[in-house]
Amino acid sequence: MSTATDTLEHDAHHDDHHHGPAKGIKRWLFTTNHKDIGTLYLWFSFIMFLTGGAMAMVIRAELFQPGLQIVDPNFFNQMTTVHGLIMVFGAVMPAFTGLANWLIPMMIGAPDMALPRMNNWSFWILPFAFAILISSLFLPGGGPAFGWTFYAPLSTTYSTDSTALFVFSVHIMGISSIMGAINVVVTIWNMRAPGMTWMKMPMFVWTWLITAFLLIAVMPVLAGVVTMVLTDKYFGTSFFDAAGGGDPVMFQHIFWFFGHPEVYIMILPAFGIISHIIPTFARKPLFGYASMVYATASIALLSFIVWAHHMFTTGMPVAAEMFFMFATMLISVPTGVKVFNWVATMWRGSMTFEVPMLFAIAFVVLFTIGGLSGLMLAITPVDFQYHDTYFVVAHFHYVLVSGAVFSIMAAAYYWLPKWTGVMFDTTLAKWHFWCSLISVNLLFFPMHFVGLAGMPRRIPDYALQFADFNQWISVGGFAFGLSQLIFLALLIKACRHKGEPVSDQVWDGAEGLEWEIPSPAPYHTFDTPPVVK
Amino acid sequence: MAQQQEYEKYYVPESSIWPIVGAVALFLIAVGAANFTVEMTKGKEGYGGYILTLGIVTLIVMVTGWFKNQIDESMAGLYSAQLGRSYRQGMAWFIFSEVMFFAAFFGALFYARMIAIPWLGGASNNAMTNEVLWPSFEAMWPLVQTPGGTETTPMGWFGLPLVNTLILLVSSVTLHYAHVGLEQNKRKQLTWMLGVTILLGVIFLGLQVEEYIYAYTELGLTLDSGIYGNTFFLLTGFHGMHVTLGTIILIVLFFRVLKGHFTPDEHFAFQAGSWYWHFVDVVWVMLFIFVYIL
Repeated sequence: MSTATDTLEHDAHHDDHHHGPAKGIKRWLFTTNHKDIGTLYLWFSFIMFLTGGAMAMVIRAELFQPGLQIVDPNFFNQMTTVHGLIMVFGAVMPAFTGLANWLIPMMIGAPDMALPRMNNWSFWILPFAFAILISSLFLPGGGPAFGWTFYAPLSTTYSTDSTALFVFSVHIMGISSIMGAINVVVTIWNMRAPGMTWMKMPMFVWTWLITAFLLIAVMPVLAGVVTMVLTDKYFGTSFFDAAGGGDPVMFQHIFWFFGHPEVYIMILPAFGIISHIIPTFARKPLFGYASMVYATASIALLSFIVWAHHMFTTGMPVAAEMFFMFATMLISVPTGVKVFNWVATMWRGSMTFEVPMLFAIAFVVLFTIGGLSGLMLAITPVDFQYHDTYFVVAHFHYVLVSGAVFSIMAAAYYWLPKWTGVMFDTTLAKWHFWCSLISVNLLFFPMHFVGLAGMPRRIPDYALQFADFNQWISVGGFAFGLSQLIFLALLIKACRHKGEPVSDQVWDGAEGLEWEIPSPAPYHTFDTPPVVK
Repeated sequence: MAQQQEYEKYYVPESSIWPIVGAVALFLIAVGAANFTVEMTKGKEGYGGYILTLGIVTLIVMVTGWFKNQIDESMAGLYSAQLGRSYRQGMAWFIFSEVMFFAAFFGALFYARMIAIPWLGGASNNAMTNEVLWPSFEAMWPLVQTPGGTETTPMGWFGLPLVNTLILLVSSVTLHYAHVGLEQNKRKQLTWMLGVTILLGVIFLGLQVEEYIYAYTELGLTLDSGIYGNTFFLLTGFHGMHVTLGTIILIVLFFRVLKGHFTPDEHFAFQAGSWYWHFVDVVWVMLFIFVYIL
C-alpha cells in the first residue's frame, strides 16, 4: 500500500515535498507552507498596525487642542472609521491568524494546515481587501466616514459612494476570515498527532478552536448586514428605514450579533497565548487547565446572547435591557476564572521576567482594568451616562491594545527565537516594553476621566475643560506610536537572523511540541507525527 | 500503528498558482461590483461592469484550474482517508457558514415582523411613535402598505411556490438515490438520478424566474416595496443564487460521473455537492414556511 502510493506520488509530482522554500517572490505568492503563510500574515498585520496607528496619530493631533485646527471634520470621521476597521480586521485578526498558522501545526504535531492551498488564498485576499478600503479614502467626497460600526442611516442615507467599495471590501475580508477559520477548525479536529487528546491540547490551540467556531458563525452575519446596507443605499430596500417598515435599530441588532462575538474573537487567542507564557516563566504548570477550557467555551457561548449591551440607549423594552445586562455581567465569571488561574499559576512560582513575561503580566493587569470598566458599562442605568463617551473608548482600548495587542507582542517575543533561531535584541525589547507600557497608560487612562466627565467620542472638537487631559492623551499616543518603531527595528534585526543562536527549548521552562523541534523551525515539521504521551 | 501510517501520507500540495489568482479574482469582483453598483443605480458611465466580468472570468479560470489539480491528485491516489476527512469537515463548516448567512436575513424578517412593524403601529410603549410619525399606519403582515405609503400585494403560497417546494423536495430524494446508486456501484441509477436532479433544479430556477416576473408585473411586489418585498426578494434571491451554484456543481459532477470518476468508497466531491444540495433544499423549506405560508 505504502509503496504503491509512493510510486503514484512520484508519477504525479516529479519533485517530492521535502525540499525547502522556492526562491524569490514566488515563494511568497504561491506558497502552501503554514510557516510562510504565518509570516505573511504577521508582517501584513504589523504593516496594518502601523497604518491604522498613523491614522490614530491624525486623530490625536487634531484632539491635542480644542477647536478645529488640522483636519476637517469629515476627514476626522474617515480617520476614526478606517482606523477602527484596519485595527480590527487588518491588524488584530490577521495577527492571531498568523500565529495560528505558525503555531497550531507545530503544537499538535501536524505536517501543515489541513487545507494548505486555501490557506494561501485566505491570506492573499487581505492585502487586496485593504487596498480597496484604503484607496477609497482618495475618492471624491472621501472614504467611509460612518464609524467602524457603520450604523444605518449614516452608512445608507448619509454616506458617499465609497460605501459600495467599503461593502465589497468587507465581503472579501469576511471570505478570508471564514476560510482561515475553517482551516483552523479542520486542522485541530483532524490533524492532531496520535495521543494528542482533546484535554491534552495546548491552551492556544483550544482558544483558537473556539475562536474559529465564533468566526464561522458570525462573519456571515456581517456579510448579511453589509449586504442590507448596500441594497438599502442603492437598490431601494428599507431594512433600516422605518418608512418602509424597517428599523435603523435592526441594523444595530444584526451588526452587534456579529460584533459582540467579534470582540471575543479578538481576545480568546490572547487568553491562549498568556496561558502559555505565564507557566513557562513561573516554571509551574498552568493552574486549572480544565477550568480554562470550560471558561473559554462559556465565554464563547455567552457572547451570542449579550449583543444588545451595545444598544442600551436605543429604547429597548426594560425586560430586554435587564436580560442583556445580567447576561453580560455573567461573562465576568468565566473571565474571572481565567484571571484567577493566571495569578494562581504565578503564585509561588520561580518567576523570571523575560520580555514575553513582562508583556504577559502587563496583559493580566491592564486587561483586567479593561474588564472592570466593561463591567461598569454592562450596568444599564450607568451605561446611559457612559454611552458614546471616551469612557467607552478607554474601555475597549484597554482590552484591545493593552489586552489583545500586548498579547500579540508577548507571543511575538515568546516564539520569535523559535521562528528565527536567534534571540532577539533584549535591550531593544525592554525599551519597547517599558515605553509601550508607560505610554499606553498615559494614552488611555485619562480617557476614563474625560469620558466620565462627558466628553463624547468620535467628535473632532471638545469643551475647553477637557484640554489638559487631552494633551496628555495625545502625548501618550505619539509616544506609543513611536515606541512601536523600536519593535519594527527589533523585528527587522531578528528576521535577518542577527543575534545569539538559541537552543531548541529556547526558554528554560517552555513545554510543548513546538519546543522539541530545532530552532529555527525547519521548513517542514512533523512529516511523520510524533507520539504524544 | 495504522493511524500513524495514515498520518505519514497526509498530502501537502506543492506551491500553487491558483490561490493568488483567486485573490486577484476576488479583488476584481469587489472593485467591479462596487463600481457597477454605483454606475447602474446612479446612471453613471464607467468600467465597473467590465471589471466585474473580468473578475468572474478569472474566478472561473481559477476554480477550473484548482479543481483540475485536485481531481488529478485524487485520481493519482495521493489522497488519504485523513485528507478526505479534512475535506468533509471543511465542507460541513462551509455549509454552517452559509446557514449563518441566511440566518441574518431570517433574523431581519423576524425582527421586522415581530418587533419593528408592531412598534411602528403603536405596540409596546410606542403609541406616540405611531401618533406623531405615521398616524394612519396599521401594523400588519404581510406589509401591504408601508408607513411611507407604498402599496403592494403579497405572494401566496399556493400555486407556483407550492409546485417549486415539491420540485425541490423530490430533487433531494432523487439525489439521495443517485448517492445510493454510487455507493452500491449501480452507475446507471447514479447517472439517471443525478440527471433528473439537475433537470428538477433547472425547472425550479425557471419557475422562480416566472414567479419574479409575475410578482413584478401582476402583484406590484418589487424589491423596493417595503420590508415585505425586501425580505421576500433577498431571501428567495440568495436562495436562487445558491440553487444556481448547486446546479452548476451537480452538472460538473454529472460529467465526472460520465467520465467514470468516483468509487463507492471515494467520492468526496459527490458527497460535498450532495450535502450542498440538501442544505439548499432545507433553506427552501424554511423559506416556504416563513416567507410564503406564515
